[in-house]
Formats: sequence, structure tokens, C-alpha cells
Amino acid sequence: MSHASAQPLKGPPHIHHMDSVTAYHAAKLGMWLFLATEILLFAVLFTAFAIYRWYNLEEFHAGSHHLNWILGMTNTAVLLFSSFTAALAVDAGQKGNNKAVVKLVGVTIACGAIFLIIKYFEYSSKYHHGYFPGQANYLEFKNFLGLYYCMTGLHALHVIIGMGLLTWVLLKAKKDRFSHDYYTPVEIGALYWHLVDLIWIYLFPLLYLVG
Amino acid sequence: MNAHSDTAHHEGKNYLNHERGLWSWLTTTDHKRIGLLYLYSILTFFLAGGVFALLMRTELARAGADIIQNPEVYNVYFTLHGVLMIFMFIVPGIPATMGNFLLPLMIGAKDVAFPRLNLFSWYIYVIGAVMAGFALIHPPDTGWTFYAPYSIKSGSSVVLMTAAAFVLGFSSILTGLNFIVTIHKLRAPGMTWFRLPVFVWGTYATAVIQTLATPVVGMTLVLLLMERVMGVGVFNPDLGGDPVLFEHLFWFYSHPVVYIMVLPAFGVIGEIIPVFSRKPLFGYKAVVFASVAIAGVSFIVWAHHMFVAGISDTAAKVFSILTFGVAIPTAVKVFNWVSTMYKGSITFATPMLYAIAFVFLFMIAGTTGIYLATLATDVFYHDTYFVVAHFHYTIQGGAVIGLIAALHFWFPKMSGKMYNETLAKIAFVLVVVGFNLTFLPQFVLGMEGMPRRYYDYPPEFQTLHTISTIGAFINGIGYTWALLNLAFAALFGKVKAPANPFNSLSLEWQTSSPPPHENFHTVPEVTDYPYAYGRPLSYENH
Amino acid sequence: MAHNSHSSHAADHSELGHIIPFAVYRNVLIILLILTIITVAVSRVDFGVLNIVVAMAIASVKAGIVAAYFMHLKYENPIIWIYVLFPIILLFLMMGGIFVDNPTRRDPKIYYEVPAATENQSATNH
Repeated sequence: MSHASAQPLKGPPHIHHMDSVTAYHAAKLGMWLFLATEILLFAVLFTAFAIYRWYNLEEFHAGSHHLNWILGMTNTAVLLFSSFTAALAVDAGQKGNNKAVVKLVGVTIACGAIFLIIKYFEYSSKYHHGYFPGQANYLEFKNFLGLYYCMTGLHALHVIIGMGLLTWVLLKAKKDRFSHDYYTPVEIGALYWHLVDLIWIYLFPLLYLVG
Repeated sequence: MNAHSDTAHHEGKNYLNHERGLWSWLTTTDHKRIGLLYLYSILTFFLAGGVFALLMRTELARAGADIIQNPEVYNVYFTLHGVLMIFMFIVPGIPATMGNFLLPLMIGAKDVAFPRLNLFSWYIYVIGAVMAGFALIHPPDTGWTFYAPYSIKSGSSVVLMTAAAFVLGFSSILTGLNFIVTIHKLRAPGMTWFRLPVFVWGTYATAVIQTLATPVVGMTLVLLLMERVMGVGVFNPDLGGDPVLFEHLFWFYSHPVVYIMVLPAFGVIGEIIPVFSRKPLFGYKAVVFASVAIAGVSFIVWAHHMFVAGISDTAAKVFSILTFGVAIPTAVKVFNWVSTMYKGSITFATPMLYAIAFVFLFMIAGTTGIYLATLATDVFYHDTYFVVAHFHYTIQGGAVIGLIAALHFWFPKMSGKMYNETLAKIAFVLVVVGFNLTFLPQFVLGMEGMPRRYYDYPPEFQTLHTISTIGAFINGIGYTWALLNLAFAALFGKVKAPANPFNSLSLEWQTSSPPPHENFHTVPEVTDYPYAYGRPLSYENH
Repeated sequence: MAHNSHSSHAADHSELGHIIPFAVYRNVLIILLILTIITVAVSRVDFGVLNIVVAMAIASVKAGIVAAYFMHLKYENPIIWIYVLFPIILLFLMMGGIFVDNPTRRDPKIYYEVPAATENQSATNH
């Protein structure tokens, strides 16, 4: 314990108050709890959506048809694929294959970027047609669009945070940090990314298809 | 002293002098130091919130405009009193201070699960407090509840204040998350779930609420911000929004939040009463399950705040019935505390006095709550001083008294010194007498029809208001006295505290006072639950 | 690793995460993509009020698969299950409480048309 040596290149970092297996499980439980808080963050929006949909069913149908479901479905596929690569990244981490972690996490981040670009085109088309809050056509579907922007906006924010988190994982993998007995950051980052996917799985039919 | 204590060796080094200098405090990851950082912060805001309370009481001492000429200023005062006391003082109150300090000690761990995250949540708390400070440039006047639609239209800096509340909430979430993981993963060998002290159970139930209810209010406040900044139309009736939805979502968090305040206080009382009664805690498992039950029930009663706010009759009936359910686990706890004292060998030390006061005051709080949960009477009592009095009996008589009791009980452990018992008892009398003098008249005022949040009133309410103001000042002097007594003992006290001055069986007393940096010199082994008392108390009055 | 040899020999795979074969991940992705197409296809069929129920049911199946396999929830211990279920229960409680209220209000429209009503009233009074 009293070695003056620097952090080991591989293997779990030394933590003074618990052993590395406990640290791994603690980090994972902590991340799941954090995901629980994220679910509740979105729960408010889902509740608001449910109640306003009940009030204004026609408006929600009409508003939903105004969204481009092809773009929505493309984004769904992009996120599902990114979730797949994130899961494979954890698998690579479990096997200590840092090169594969770099590649797979890189693909995941790229998918996140594609998602955001598509989202940007959707938003800007809405803006040009005057469907932003405060613009002329907004009042047509105000409750639907208000929640659409809040939900997708918050989701996009999570995509950005997730990309940041995965970039941190990627840098660690580049330094060859992960091994079969230490891959906690990959798993934590991937869990967060899967949540982004999970939320979108609900948002897509809710906003683009059923309305 | 206790046979298990390992204090004879390792004299001199403890968590307070382990490292020195301001920088070592600001960068510490030691849960005990972070607990103290929180303690200093929350007590600062307690003082500030108290000043606003006394300003209001001074204005209300006589009918007519005295020190406040403009009613809008009064709105600002009660808003700031509420925001300071709720978001910055009492929500982090017991969990972030005593919880941080005690939790790892009580379960025999070296630290919380994520020490750096713990420090980070203190910094988030400070950032939130600074944001709230900037909001004072144009102070909000919406009340601490930020009700829509007024909060959408008010010209004051609601945006900054709600953003501050969001940030403070985030700090609360991270603290709760940290505690849950700590209790799950870092218990000492032999520390099974039913050997945990009830304070740990109370903190666990609190942490669950902190983690899972706070995001709801966070998102609700973000929606309010979006409404103000962009006009998305979620709560604004002009754009088809439903302002009552804001109240629903707000109270979905803000009702459980009163249990964030009071559940750890229940835990504190559950620790103090057995120690000073020298008897096992009566019905340990019942107390534990009651904590969990209160946390669970707290999520399904929120709309009792909204009986006259425009919700439907059906909803009002449903929530009224559910609300009565809270009485059951709460009463279980009260019966357990009283039964613990029954035929005990009671020592009336200061922490015990506060604990007994807690039981009395909380019973008054609980029984007056029944009137507010009853639909017919609530229509009459709603928005009167009756509600103000009921609320302060639960929160001040419950949570604040609980915090003060905890500070006295664990003071020897935290500081390594003993406080002056006589001065502490005088402060206790001032606090309890002042408190009741302040708020008992307010029950009567409310029944006579005095509405809350008014800076002026008709002359017939004069006498009771004057009594209430006098009580508020006595109460304020009492708290100041109690805290100064502790501060003085910590700084200049000569009497060193032994490891276990009150002869408690709980784990935190088995290490030296103050504890070493690593909490325990050897990993403790737990063989029994911490209330196996049966010996007479060898406590001496210091 | 010299300074935590006691933990690294204990840290074999069974104590850390579970390893799932590549084929499982691949099949899960294919199933998810197929379910996405089904979601779109089903939205063309009108089930009336059940539209949203069907859509959410398929979404929940997808979410369940992602959680179980991609997130390894299937292999996690019960405490994580509890903390996954808890927020979902709270979501339903929140919705439930609000749906006990809003639909049972006498007529939601009266809340929006109050200004018009008072105008009429004051007009008749004059």
C-alpha cells in the first residue's frame, strides 16, 4: 500500500476506502440510480404530454402528422445502432481490448453526431416554417409543439452529455487503461448512452407516429 | 468507558488536525469534513432566513404599516424566508450535515462510496446558493412555491431563483445517490440490514426520496423557465396550458420533501431516546418499517396541498383519504419512542430534552395535520395562519429541533470537546418556550380567519400577533444562544470529550473523539444491533 | 499490480460484469430494427383509442430488450431491478394522480372561458 509508484498503467485504480470489486459494483449501482433520476426527469414531460394529449387529442394528431416520420425513424435506427456499438465496446472492455474500445466508442460518438445533425435539420425546417414558440404558426399546435421541443430538446442535451462522457472513455482507452479487471468507465458511459436510446424508443412513436 | 473502544493509542491525530489550512478543507474528500462544510453553510442560511422571519414578525407586531411601507416588500421577505429556509437550510439540513458526518461512521465504513462526488455536491450547493444570491438584485416575490401563472408574469428574477433551486436540487440528488450506494455497498462485516442504527434507516429512506423526487421538481422548474424565456405554453393558460398542472408536479416533489426534512430527524430521535433511557429501542423493526412506509406514502398524498386550488372533487376525496394514511406510520414511531422511555432510567441531558420536546411538538403538528387533511375543515383553514402554524410545528418543531438535538448529541464526537450543559439547558428552555409562544397563537389566529402572507391586519388580531412576535424573538435568541454555546465550546472549550461520553452502543462512539481521518483504526466487527441497553447509565453531567 | 494483488486475484469475471456472446448482441440489434419497422407499420392501422397503447407496448418491449441485454440488466442483482422499477412506478403514480384530477373536473372548458363568462355577467348587470 505504501508504494510511492505512480498509478498503474492497467488494472483498477487504488481507492483507499474499498476494494476494486466493491468499487466496480458501487459505481454501477450509482450509475443505475442516476439513470433512475433521469427517467423521472423525463417522467414529468411524459405526464404533461399525457394530460395535454387528453385535453387536445385532435391538435396532437395534427401536430404529429406535421413531423417527418422518416427522419424520426432514421434517427431511431442510428441510435439503436449506436447502442449496439456501445454494448460491444463494453464487451471489448471486459476483454481488455483497448483498440476495439476506441473504435467502437468512436462509432458510437459518430452516431450521436449524425443524430444531432438530423435533429438540427428538423428544428431548422420547423423554424423556417414559423413553428417555433413566439412565431406565427406556433399557436396552431401550441401544446404539442411546446412539449415536442421540451422533450426532444432535453433528449438532445442528453445526447450531447453522453457524447462528452464517451469522449472521456475514448481518451482513457487510447491510453490503454482498461483491462479485464478494470473497465468501469466503459460500462458507466455505455449505460448512460443506452438511456439516451431508451428514451428515444418512447419519444419516436409518441411524437412522430401516434401523436 | 466502553471495552471495544480503541482510543488508548493513536492520541493526537484526528480528522480535524490531519491536514491544516483553508485549502485542505476546500479540497477535502473526507466525509466528516464535508459534513462540517455543509454545517457551516446551512447555519449561515439559517441565520439569514431567521433575520427575514424576525423582520416579518416585527412588521406584524402591531397592526398597520410599521417598518414595511410597501406590501410588495413583505412579499419579498416571505419569499426569501421560504427559499432560504427550505432549499438552503432544512433540505440539506440533517442529511447533508449529520448524514455525511455519521453515516460512514455508523455503518463502519471509511468514507462514503464516492468521496469526490460528495465534495462536488457541496460545490454545486454553493453554486446554487451564489445564484440565489444574485437573484437578490431583483428579489422574487412569488413565495417559495413559484406558483404559475403568477411566476410566469412576475417582473422579479424568478428565472435566476428557479435555476438556483434546480442547481440546489441537483446537489441534493447527488448526496442521496451517494448515501444509497454507501449503505448498500460499504457496511462493515456483520452489519446486516437489521443491525443498522435507525438514523441510517432514516437517512436511507430520505436518500431514496432525495434521489427520486428531486428530478421531478427540477424538470418542473425547467419547464417554468422555458415558459418564461420562450413561452412554450406548458403552464400558461393564455397558451392553453394548465397552471394547476404546475401545482401537481411541484407538490409531487414538495410533499415528499417535508419527509426529506423530517425523516432524518426521526432517526436522530430514535438514536437519542434509547441512549438516555438506557433501554432497547422499543419495536426496532416497526420503527424501520415505519420509516420506509412514510417514504412510500409520501409519494401518493401530494394533492392535499391543492384542495381549493381547482382540482376536482373526486381527486380531493382520493387524496384526502390517502393523506390520513400518513398518520399510521407516524403514530407507530411516536408510540415506539414513548414506549422506549417507559420505565427507562431517563437522564434529562440536553439532547434528551430536545428529543422529548420533539415528540411533543411533532404530535401537535401531526394532529393539526388531520384538520388540514379533512376536506371540509381545510376549505376553512386553507391559506390561514393555521397552515403556517401547522407547517412550522412539523418543520421547526420537527426538523430544526431534530437538527439541534443531533448537534448537541454528536457534538462531543464532532469536536472532541464537551459543551456547557447548564447554558445548553437555558437555550433549550428559550427555544421551546419561544417556539410555542410564536406558533400556538397562530393556530388561534388562523381559526379566527387571519389569512397568511399579509403585512397588515385588522386590530382585533393585535394581541395574538404581538404575543407571536415576542415569542419569535425569544425563539431566535434561544437558537443563537444554543449555537453560540456550541461554537464557544468547540473553539475555547477546556473539557475534552471521552470517546463515548453518553455510553452509547452505536458504532460511531466506539472510535475516538474526534474520529481519526480513516474513522476506525481497525475494521470494526458488528455482532448485535446497537440498542442492546440494559445497564444503568454512567453518564456524568459535565 | 503490486499494491492491490489481494483484490485483483479475487476480481475474476464472475465477480465483475457478465460477458455476453457477440451473436446475442447482433440478434438483439436485428430484433430492435424489426420492431422499429413494426412500430411504423402498426401506426398505419387505426386501433382507435388503443393506438397509443399498442405503440407504447411495442416501445416497452424494445426498451426491455435494450435494458436486459445491452445494459446487462438480466444479469444484475435485485437491488438494481428495484431501482429501475421504482421510477417507473412513480411515473405511473404521478400520471395516475393527475388523471384522477383532470378528467373528473366538471368541464375543463369552463376554466378557459371564465373571462368571457364574467363579461356577459357584467353586461347583464348593467
